[in-house]
Amino acid sequence: MNQKQNDAILDIEDLKMYFPVTRGLLRHKVADVKAVDGVTLKLKTGETLGLVGESGCGKTTVGRCVLRLYQPTAGQILFQGEDISSYPEKRLRAIRSKIALIFQDPYSSLDPRQSAGNIVGEPLKIHQWVGSKAEYNERVEHLFSLVGLDPSMTDRFPHEFSGGQRQRIGVARALACDPSLIICDEPISALDVSIQAQIINLLEELQEGLQGLSYLFIAHDLSVVRHISDRVAVMYLGRVVEITKSRELYDNPLHPYTKALLSAIPIADPFVEESRERIILKGEVPSPLNPPPGCSFHPRCFMAIPECSQVVPPLREISDGHQVACIRV
Amino acid sequence: MTELLKVDGLATYFKTESGVVKAVDGISYHVREKEIVGLVGESGCGKSVSQLSIMQLISSPGEIVGGEVIFEGMDLLKYKANGPQMRSVRGAKIAMIFQEPMTSLNPVLTIGQQLTEMLDLHLHMNREMARERAIELLGIVGIPSGENRIDDYPHHFSGGMRQRVMIAMGLSCNPRMLIADEPTTALDVTTQAQLLELMKDMVDKFQASLVIVTHNLGVVARYAQRIYIMYAGRIVESGTTKDIFGDPLHPYTIGLLKCIPRLDEEEGRKLVPIEGLPPNLINMPSTCAFLPRCSYKTDRCYREPWPPLIHVHDEHYISCYVNTKEKISEPKTK
Repeated sequence: MNQKQNDAILDIEDLKMYFPVTRGLLRHKVADVKAVDGVTLKLKTGETLGLVGESGCGKTTVGRCVLRLYQPTAGQILFQGEDISSYPEKRLRAIRSKIALIFQDPYSSLDPRQSAGNIVGEPLKIHQWVGSKAEYNERVEHLFSLVGLDPSMTDRFPHEFSGGQRQRIGVARALACDPSLIICDEPISALDVSIQAQIINLLEELQEGLQGLSYLFIAHDLSVVRHISDRVAVMYLGRVVEITKSRELYDNPLHPYTKALLSAIPIADPFVEESRERIILKGEVPSPLNPPPGCSFHPRCFMAIPECSQVVPPLREISDGHQVACIRV
Repeated sequence: MTELLKVDGLATYFKTESGVVKAVDGISYHVREKEIVGLVGESGCGKSVSQLSIMQLISSPGEIVGGEVIFEGMDLLKYKANGPQMRSVRGAKIAMIFQEPMTSLNPVLTIGQQLTEMLDLHLHMNREMARERAIELLGIVGIPSGENRIDDYPHHFSGGMRQRVMIAMGLSCNPRMLIADEPTTALDVTTQAQLLELMKDMVDKFQASLVIVTHNLGVVARYAQRIYIMYAGRIVESGTTKDIFGDPLHPYTIGLLKCIPRLDEEEGRKLVPIEGLPPNLINMPSTCAFLPRCSYKTDRCYREPWPPLIHVHDEHYISCYVNTKEKISEPKTK
């Protein structure tokens, strides 16, 4: 197990998560929403893996499966070398002190009736991480200062904090039990532009300071994901269409969806914008209830050929660490 | 190009129990014909309130307390908010596209009913003509088979489609000016790009002006010709898009550009956040509102009131005492 620990902290193998659609009094199943349909990802210790895609592509579902908030339909989730995908509920508690989550909305993800100190300290109590009251207080204050909050503010309530400070509380709570993996689900999209950078920098500094902390960074904003991640996986309709180092992503995108996604994001520089190629996709993301046959992107793809509707393209390694699921590449 | 809209000293205050919120505090700007102008700022800086003030859509406890809004030579603020003159401007000559396509359509009326309402009201079309025109409009904004979709309700449409309907409504009476208030914020990235392209094509086609209100600097860099940067109810910098991005002068603008991640940035670039928080707009000091967060501040900033817009060159104006250019070369800046 130790050998694997050095290599990959998280190894997702062909993960599938189908949600049944039921109908009628007896709630018999009529269809499946294939939210995640065969995702394979590997996250190394100390690495940040970005997961991008548009709403409904299954990126959040992948994160929730890793936390085992959902019971995956199929596939393996190896966390530190152990398959947690079929762990019984009892054993999950131990895992959940190792995998933490930072939520999107700092307003609704903090209990308004608990003090900030209580919110941050609750995981410590649940996981019996500290022995004494003094140890508990010390840990909470340490966590506060770790995320750049004044430790004297532990008695305040969430409404007394600004959005950025609340998100810092969310980060402190995630850090409480010294996790090895933090799943960041859109951690900054609810914040103001000038505050976003504060949280991004905080997450980066924490990773530098705490040895071996890995992030699974889920977001729709490609420029943020590219900034913080070492590698980026692009998802479309429940599948990963491209994985590459974040440097390569902008310089050398291969999948047509990645290209379109990149070109859809304007860069805050009119001089660069002038010469950029713009690919405007037609139509909208199809429903995952009834995805198109073959490559699910082909109805919107500007490079599609008839074969695209017949085969589901597998992820292929094109160059070192660069994988693409497209038959035209 | 001639000026279509000229706003001078517009001020909108909200009188609340805890004090007066100066949401918009004396802003002046103009929009020329067929021009795309960007109004940029963070939430709470007054960018939306300023646009609602132009349309006189401010409700109590808000109040427009001063300024002029000259549109086609007439001061709109002289009109009564509910009077016939204002109504003939609102929706007909100046149209607005709101932020939330999910909530700004009436869920109990069909798309057709909502689209034809304006045509009936402003252009006095009869039913058949209005319906025909509505179907045509749906086609223009890229909703296929409009004749089948026109009797659908908003919940039949996806977010992007609803925003297309909103754009169709905005365009229905051939307005001279279109105000898009965060038009794509709630939408997916690729849909965002589709709709912004659509809006740009539409203002070209209809020869209208477009005001894009947004917090996204990328969007204005791509589409706007001129930009106004707002902070705490005032315009702090204005200029052509190339001025603002190529030669930003106000400390806030400089800060904004340093704190956003860019798609094409170098590996290992560190973001420089703007420390502190946007100010509370209640009982603001008379000095510059950006002062507590500013890294260029001097003694003069504490002594003197918030400066008016100072002309730099051509169309470039800033509201700051400090020559940030000189300061940039000093090692003092972090």
